[in-house]
Amino acid sequence: MSLMSLTAVELGKKIRAKEVSVAEATQAALDAIAAKESSINSFVTVDAKGALERAAKIQAGIDDGSLTSPLAGVPVAIKDNMCTKGMLTTCSSKILGNFIPTYTSEAVVNLEKAGAVILGKTNMDEFAMGSTTETSAYGPTKNPWNTEHVPGGSSGGSCAAVAAEECPYALGSDTGGSIRQPSSFCGVTGIKPTYGTVSRYGLIAYGSSLDQIGPVAKDVTDCATVLETIASHDKKDSTSVKRDSYDFTSALKDDVKGMKIGIPRDYFGDGLDAEVRDAVMAAAKELEKKGAIVEEFDLSLVEYAIPAYYVIACAEASSNLARFDGVKYGYRTEEFNGLHNMYKKSRSEGFGTEVKRRIMLGSFVLSSGYYDAYYLKALRTKALIKQAFDKAFEKYDVILGPAAPTTAPRIGDSLSDPIKMYLGDIYTISVNLAGLPGISLPCGTDSKGLPIGLQLIGNCFEEKKIIRAAYAFEQTRDYVHSPMAD
Amino acid sequence: MKQFETVIGLEVHVELATKTKIFCSCSTEFGGEPNSHTCPVCTGMPGSLPVLNKQVVEYAVAVGLATNCKITQNCKFDRKNYFYPDNPQNYQISQLYLPICRDGGIEIETEDGTKKTIGIHEIHMEEDAGKLVHDEWGENSLVDFNRSGVPLIEIVSEPDMRSADEVIAYLEKLRLIIQYLGASDCKLQEGSMRADVNLSVREAGSTEFGTRTEMKNLNSFKAIRRAIEGETERQIDLIESGQKVIQETRRWDDAKEYSYAMRSKEDAQDYRYFPEPDLVPIVISDEWLAEIKSCQPELRTEKLERYKKEFNIPDYDAKIITSNKKLADIFEETTAICNNPKKAANWLMGETMRLLKEHEMDVEDISFAPANLAKLIQLTEDRAINSSVAKEVFEKIFEENIDPEKYVEENGLKTVADDGALRSTIEKIVAENPQSVEDYKSGKKKAIGFLVGQTMKATQGKADPGMVNQILTELLK
Amino acid sequence: MANIISDETIEYVGILAKLELDEQEKERAKKDIGEMLDYIDKLNELDTSNVEPMSHVFPVKNVFREDVVENEDGRSQTLANAPECKEDSFVVPKTI
Repeated sequence: MSLMSLTAVELGKKIRAKEVSVAEATQAALDAIAAKESSINSFVTVDAKGALERAAKIQAGIDDGSLTSPLAGVPVAIKDNMCTKGMLTTCSSKILGNFIPTYTSEAVVNLEKAGAVILGKTNMDEFAMGSTTETSAYGPTKNPWNTEHVPGGSSGGSCAAVAAEECPYALGSDTGGSIRQPSSFCGVTGIKPTYGTVSRYGLIAYGSSLDQIGPVAKDVTDCATVLETIASHDKKDSTSVKRDSYDFTSALKDDVKGMKIGIPRDYFGDGLDAEVRDAVMAAAKELEKKGAIVEEFDLSLVEYAIPAYYVIACAEASSNLARFDGVKYGYRTEEFNGLHNMYKKSRSEGFGTEVKRRIMLGSFVLSSGYYDAYYLKALRTKALIKQAFDKAFEKYDVILGPAAPTTAPRIGDSLSDPIKMYLGDIYTISVNLAGLPGISLPCGTDSKGLPIGLQLIGNCFEEKKIIRAAYAFEQTRDYVHSPMAD
Repeated sequence: MKQFETVIGLEVHVELATKTKIFCSCSTEFGGEPNSHTCPVCTGMPGSLPVLNKQVVEYAVAVGLATNCKITQNCKFDRKNYFYPDNPQNYQISQLYLPICRDGGIEIETEDGTKKTIGIHEIHMEEDAGKLVHDEWGENSLVDFNRSGVPLIEIVSEPDMRSADEVIAYLEKLRLIIQYLGASDCKLQEGSMRADVNLSVREAGSTEFGTRTEMKNLNSFKAIRRAIEGETERQIDLIESGQKVIQETRRWDDAKEYSYAMRSKEDAQDYRYFPEPDLVPIVISDEWLAEIKSCQPELRTEKLERYKKEFNIPDYDAKIITSNKKLADIFEETTAICNNPKKAANWLMGETMRLLKEHEMDVEDISFAPANLAKLIQLTEDRAINSSVAKEVFEKIFEENIDPEKYVEENGLKTVADDGALRSTIEKIVAENPQSVEDYKSGKKKAIGFLVGQTMKATQGKADPGMVNQILTELLK
Repeated sequence: MANIISDETIEYVGILAKLELDEQEKERAKKDIGEMLDYIDKLNELDTSNVEPMSHVFPVKNVFREDVVENEDGRSQTLANAPECKEDSFVVPKTI
């Protein structure tokens, strides 16, 4: 059995028990990456030399007792939109093709403090704009369950790397479902925490009011453990929330007796694949069997989340991505005629189609005469969506539904029709608008053998409830390794 | 001939006197090698995030209170989006929808003594841009982000001014208030205070505003005055020749005394403001507001009144001394030591001003310790030195901040106050100058001046002139 | 399609966003943005007249720094990724 088939927590235990050295674990990951990258392409950068050097230092820390975290010595992959000092950080874009940050994002700093070994940077949709990891300037990532299908996105590289067992766990980021949807497509578990729980410092922004970093791993235990490590109150991020507790692992209990679970009827309408529906409903039944009180209810406003999201996210993105202009870092066009031509050529050559589309839409909705009609309207809709969730959480501890309406589509099927692609985020997007925590975990496979994801949504700051429900459900089935795993 | 009236509103940018930038812990110190006072935040590096400097809010509120504004107790920041290389993120964090202060005003007094209130529409907080240096021969400009992120407040007036005199009076009043608060040094030349002039003209008596232009790059009071006069003339010429004034931003070239339109196709002036998602709202509680109020230093008007009452100095003197915060500070410190406000005021208004002019210096450049001026005043009061020696010593204090007691001692400048020694010197001089004695006795009272002069010469200026006079008068009886 | 995006609009947005599209991209952008706006117009079905726009989802407020200098000379890091630099400054095409 390969070391990479272990969960992060299992591997960490073996490392601390000196059954496995940090170098062995790191080498196992690097070997897996070397063997599988040609078929998966989940990494943009692999830093083999740096990882092995760091492994030796971490081994010393474990040996002298200074590193005691459950993740000490365990290798990890980082989504390529988190800055890593001295390591290429591209956002899967040509415009950052040569960008080497001089600082490390806070979430990664927290991992480093715990003794994580960073293997490299994972592929993603360019600037996290997409749901398939096909918009990467460095080629699409393939789904380890079937390489003709997409892994989902935008954290497709992180989720595929975990599913293919190139690394035990990874960090992703989620703006409209970018952790949960690819976790669902790749048969792994991912958490999008409450907004403000993990510092955004060093995360290259897409939609600042929506972005959150979170873990991707094989199981709920790993995710809770990683979240506990990366979550912190960070003075460098003004939107970072000082929480009463950063304990998440104490919620890993197989106990949902009396837990009230609401199933939004509006999540089960047109567009939902029947196999997905059946698997999700079966999961609800399992929780009911364990003593949860499961009820259907009307959440309302579900169909308004996507248009509101695209206005807000694109508006923020149009401003956030203005800094990529060929002056301070990144790509600058070869030939130009004056300043504005330099800006335009650098940006037009440096950004891909989807990014340009969203920047243009965002610039338009903020432009003179449209701000009220589009941007303020979207912010008002967001307020209504938040209210709808507030009302739901007066009655329920957890909301249960699918993570995505279908299983992973075939490569090339999504990009031709953006709105259809955007509709794929219908169950995840409102969670970001309302700042809530959500988890996606596998709950079955469809007739094509592709994984189906179950989503559990909690009230803000109530990650522990969704972790407990997810953990309880997880006990009812075995983890299914992807065919790409050894 | 039609009569025209000029209508002017100002947008005044003031750099706040904080130690660090508005959103990061970089120093705001002036100068320094290019890009030495920078970090990922103030250079717009990907993934960096702003965190607000609390002192900026407190200074902005202090200025708002001192200019009679309403404080917006729930305020927030917005992003102003435009591309320019001095703006590292290609957006500026500013305030549009809920500026921190609104609806204030200050009273100005022009040189002819007329008083008038100039309304303040709003004051908002924002970040300064970097500096562009243009390569004179090459094709390039160089960008230095040392100033990027230095905190600014922008004070937007109502269009209440009608002449360059009113504009200057408004700016001087504003500058004085802000200097008194310690919120900024407000130096136009160094750019810590900058004024953009919004100007339109209309036929006298009209109640509607004409089309206005905005003029930038005005870095002295003289330039502002010339620009206002130049732009007024340009607009009147346009109207009188049947043309229209175009609403636009113009750049004043003070050397050529002309303004140029700053328009380009790439400059859409559509800033796409939206609430800054990386910063949280600011809520200024009643308690916080009260705390800032209670820390508010004494402002000019109050100080002026107090000086007249407490120190019993004339209105004219009090006005001059309070016309500059630094001067007032020196005055108060000196007075606190020597307890002689009238003398302290005289030294500051007379010799100090003379020497400043002579050395082409500003009050801000004064470097002597008030304690030394106080000692000097004490020496003269004790008649230890006479007034001409005092002037000489003061020059040394002004230039080198010397300790006057030590200096007088070391250079033997003490007044010869020994009655016996002085008397014998004078007796000798009287004996040596019979002609003068004769003249005096025959009624030419002026002749005594020559004898006093001779005595001062003999004592190397150290004799107390009062005493010399007294002894001479006695001897010549 | 209810929202017709004109060539002028695409040109104007290109100036705002500093993007230059070729003819093919322009046509595609016109279609895509038009369709997106049609889709976004769905929001008009909602009565939001009494709803305050929500920019921050949680009522976090007053996050400040104290006014203390902590950063040292940042030159080398600031300029580390510069496409072109000279005299410790970034080089850009002449702005005046």
